[in-house]
Amino acid sequence: MKFNASTMVLPLAALFVACFIAPLSVLMALSFASEQGAGDFTLKHYLVFFGDRFHLSILVDTLMLGVKATLVCLAFGFPIAWLCARAHARWQSVLIFLVILPILTSVVVRTFSWIVILGRQGVLNQIVLALGLSDEPLRLLFTQTGVIIVLAQVQMPLMVLPILTVLSKIDPNLGDASRALGAGEWRTLWRVTLPLSMPGILAGGILTYAACITAFVTQTLIGGARLIYMPLHIYQQAVGANNWPFAAAISVIFMVAVLVVVGLLNAYGRRFERYA
Amino acid sequence: MPRPRTAIDLEAWSLRLIFGLLAAVAMVFLVAPTLIVLVTSFTDSESLKFPPDGYSLRWYVALLDADQMQRAAWTSLVVAVWTTLICVVFGTLASIALARSRRPWIRACDVLFMSPLLLPALAFGFAALIYINQLGFRPSLSFLVLGHVIVCVPFVLRTTVAALSQLDPDLLDASRSLGASEFTTFRRVTLPLIAKGIAAGAFLAFMASFDNVPVSLFLADERTEVLPIHLWQQIESNLDVRTAAVSGVIVILTLALMVIAERVAGLTRQLR
Repeated sequence: MKFNASTMVLPLAALFVACFIAPLSVLMALSFASEQGAGDFTLKHYLVFFGDRFHLSILVDTLMLGVKATLVCLAFGFPIAWLCARAHARWQSVLIFLVILPILTSVVVRTFSWIVILGRQGVLNQIVLALGLSDEPLRLLFTQTGVIIVLAQVQMPLMVLPILTVLSKIDPNLGDASRALGAGEWRTLWRVTLPLSMPGILAGGILTYAACITAFVTQTLIGGARLIYMPLHIYQQAVGANNWPFAAAISVIFMVAVLVVVGLLNAYGRRFERYA
Repeated sequence: MPRPRTAIDLEAWSLRLIFGLLAAVAMVFLVAPTLIVLVTSFTDSESLKFPPDGYSLRWYVALLDADQMQRAAWTSLVVAVWTTLICVVFGTLASIALARSRRPWIRACDVLFMSPLLLPALAFGFAALIYINQLGFRPSLSFLVLGHVIVCVPFVLRTTVAALSQLDPDLLDASRSLGASEFTTFRRVTLPLIAKGIAAGAFLAFMASFDNVPVSLFLADERTEVLPIHLWQQIESNLDVRTAAVSGVIVILTLALMVIAERVAGLTRQLR
């Protein structure tokens, strides 16, 4: 009998059909039902969501939160990856080890340590007050700034690793050529290194963005109950208000929003494929 | 026209200085929280002040009596072990197909299997709860494990497919031409060569399962309460120092496991 490698995919595919596609289809179906158990078809939950500025603002806030946190990750993550790509193999391992440490340490633990750091009497405020940067403790816990700081720390590895992969594949001769032709370091970075690392930046950006907007634990513990983002909104509607069809509709809207953003970034990324 | 040398040097230095500074700030920012929580957990007082006024092991000793927390930790461990086992078996099999075949439907499977990394896990957890409900079941440990498998299997796939794609096909041809069957070739040639990739993926899947909140939030009940949910509720309600001690234990175990994963599977090389 001829061995066919493709069939090896079937067990996992079956598992995904039964445990991933089926639940998501049921979720989709429920979002169009007027109430749980009703077999009808209605758009009312979607109309409620899009007809109300409160719900819409939560969606917009969540999507914007992801943009801000991703940009912070990029601003700090690119230099880390850049440095890592130039480091010796041994140091590279140490750096990567330190970069992935936060993402592997339990998210609850990570977030908890940030509460100790960001609180009114936290480490950060002690430093700020000692240096005289502010007269009174900064309010960071339960603010969007706080959420962005923590998200950036937690998701940074997702940005660093793909950029590092791309940077270490760039031919060093290209940089030398650029310099030999008279371009300075900054110009070389801007005109040669950055365009060449775009596939990594976009891959990292997609992963970071998706992780940031769906980070339920960080959003709820650092943001508190008053800063509502989509995951908490779904949770409150599903568990708190016990309004499953509406929670299902919000879930669908949120998933579609994530897919649209990822799709757009992917389409943009195709423009850089010729470099890769 | 080449610029004067000094100008280029200034540029090179400014770039290194700025990137070096940004990277240094980022590294402190990445590592400090873990260290701070570790140090705080050894406090001898009732408050979570950093740095603590005095050090003791009293909160670690208090953990010995924290029955609910211990039960939750045990449940998390059981779920993570089962999840990892299922992820490794199903994931390794699927990886072989994903790494070898370029057929469109195999590519589609690849996208499908990776999508849990991007889609909101909380929405999936909620969907799974509705699904189980409609099938007439109640949430149980088995469903919890299956839910975790879906969100953890991408890690195994990622590292295993990467290991397989570095495999020299000539080795497999050599094995077959010497008369070994497909299964023997897999067991004696392929498996030993991709074992590190699988191990790194298994480690990541284990950590992801042990740490999962969004799926457990919907699929776990009082009987199957897992550690992250228990801690999350503790932090939401009353911030007690035992939480810091558990965090300390988790940090130490994570570091130990990471060092083992680095030694055994070359973790950082698998991720590069």
